Amino acid sequence: MLAWFKKSRRLWIVLLPYLLWIGVLFVIPHIKLFGLSFIDYRSGDITLKNYAKFFQSSLYRSVFLRTAMYSIITTMLTLAIAFPTAFIITKILGAKMKALLLLSIVLPYWISELIRTFAWMVLLRETGVISYLLQAVGITTHNIEFLYRNSTIVVGLVYTSMLFMIIPIMNSLDSLDDSLIEASYDLGGNFWSTMREVIIPHSAPGIMVGSIMVFMLNLGNYVTVTLLGGKNSLWFTENIYNQFIVRFNQNQGAAFGVILLTFSVLVVWITLKITKQDMSGAM
Amino acid sequence: MFTTKNKLKSVSYWFYYSYIVLILLFTAGPLIVTFILAFNNSDSASFPWQGFTLDWFSSSTPDRVGLFNDPRMMMAVATSIKVAVAVTVISIVLGVNNAFLFVREKFVGKEFLYMLMLGPLVVPGVVLGTSILSFSHGIANALDNILGAGAGTFLRPGFWLVVFGQVSFVATTTTLVITARLRKFDESLEEAAMDLGSTRTKAIMLITLRFLVPAIVGAAIVAFLFSFENFNTTYFLSGTTDSTTIPIILYSRLRFGISPEINAVSVLLMITTGILGIFGFMFQKNDETI
Repeated sequence: MLAWFKKSRRLWIVLLPYLLWIGVLFVIPHIKLFGLSFIDYRSGDITLKNYAKFFQSSLYRSVFLRTAMYSIITTMLTLAIAFPTAFIITKILGAKMKALLLLSIVLPYWISELIRTFAWMVLLRETGVISYLLQAVGITTHNIEFLYRNSTIVVGLVYTSMLFMIIPIMNSLDSLDDSLIEASYDLGGNFWSTMREVIIPHSAPGIMVGSIMVFMLNLGNYVTVTLLGGKNSLWFTENIYNQFIVRFNQNQGAAFGVILLTFSVLVVWITLKITKQDMSGAM
Repeated sequence: MFTTKNKLKSVSYWFYYSYIVLILLFTAGPLIVTFILAFNNSDSASFPWQGFTLDWFSSSTPDRVGLFNDPRMMMAVATSIKVAVAVTVISIVLGVNNAFLFVREKFVGKEFLYMLMLGPLVVPGVVLGTSILSFSHGIANALDNILGAGAGTFLRPGFWLVVFGQVSFVATTTTLVITARLRKFDESLEEAAMDLGSTRTKAIMLITLRFLVPAIVGAAIVAFLFSFENFNTTYFLSGTTDSTTIPIILYSRLRFGISPEINAVSVLLMITTGILGIFGFMFQKNDETI
């Protein structure tokens, strides 16, 4: 045993810090969270009550469905906006323009999500910039509140997560050899058939990774949704925050967390199955 | 004899350019407006333009408190920097360690451990934050019971818990960046040094780590920015003022309304982030030519 340990000493020196990090800060806390979700808040007994509460309450269920639906819709909308962007940057523009554009799209994303959301609040609130501009050009005569609407939440989410769609698609388009596009044209293809038969199939892994990342970011969002949606945001993450921070009921909060996590893993898995992609090819 | 670009462009040259302009307007527009309004001499963060002022940075009159005279905000800036530095240092050490683990070592279950390493980046920040909170809460209680009251305090919501919580997912990012670079390293260089009489440790220090420097600097910038802007995980783990970072204080202020002081904070963050980001970008570009 000792001899074996000595022989693999080199491995253990790097394996132990890794295990310490992933174990203490990721694996054990999640096991604990999972365990907590099966314990009664008052009596400490093992119970399914915390999950039953979710499935019995029409409020929690509808908030969850709403969150899931909006996350999916927003992801599709983000894809629709991001794909042409990634395509133009990689396949149309010259190298210099490409670097410049990439920088000006990436930089805003390095700034805190709080600041990005605040910027939209400045634009959209009742006495905000857009309301002012609309009055200045005479379209309306009074202040209009653009915040706290469902459409505001969608705009905010698209804004917050767009980069995570653009980058993976750009990566997969970068690896597409231009001569394949040439060949498609030489064989009588036009723009749309080349897009459909060559470009989109080739970038499928990038589209996959981007969609999964954006979907997860939407589902787990809190800041953008609560600030732009206000009291009406009704996002599922709010329930988790409320149970932990406001009601100090970490068992109920844990159950909500497990539900959120299970659902997101499930959606990712089903998406990969349906599109016949596997994660290793996509990463 | 069209080139690929010309063929694709034939759809509509103007369509492409107007699309890109619209996208840029969408991504940068709101931030530019926020930037400009930080200097507007008005009590509301909106137009019309009423003249240039630096009040929202430096004023100290009761009705206009500038950012630099707002002790709570300045304290949050200092806290954010302290947290980010601690998170960056720990995550870089872990990143280098993990890179050596995944590139150099062969062992059963390596692929599984690699997938597991990606976990903290995939799990929603809310879930990560709550799970670390409830785990550390249990440990802190146990420490208090065994070693006496106060022994577990460092694991209660506060500075160190925020640092640990952020390390959980920032270390994944640093690992990915540094692993990618180490894969490109020609191991025979290390062996050559050892043939010439160097010890393995010395060879790694002098040759391998030096080769990793661009990746380490790049990963450090990313780690710093990730830590600096994190809200979701931090929100659960921060306690009193010693762990109130900028995003936390901004969130609590924004719930009560908008003040141009927040525009000033935004300007400060945009400039800092911009400088760090461009520096990292240039560093990476130089790295590619090596």
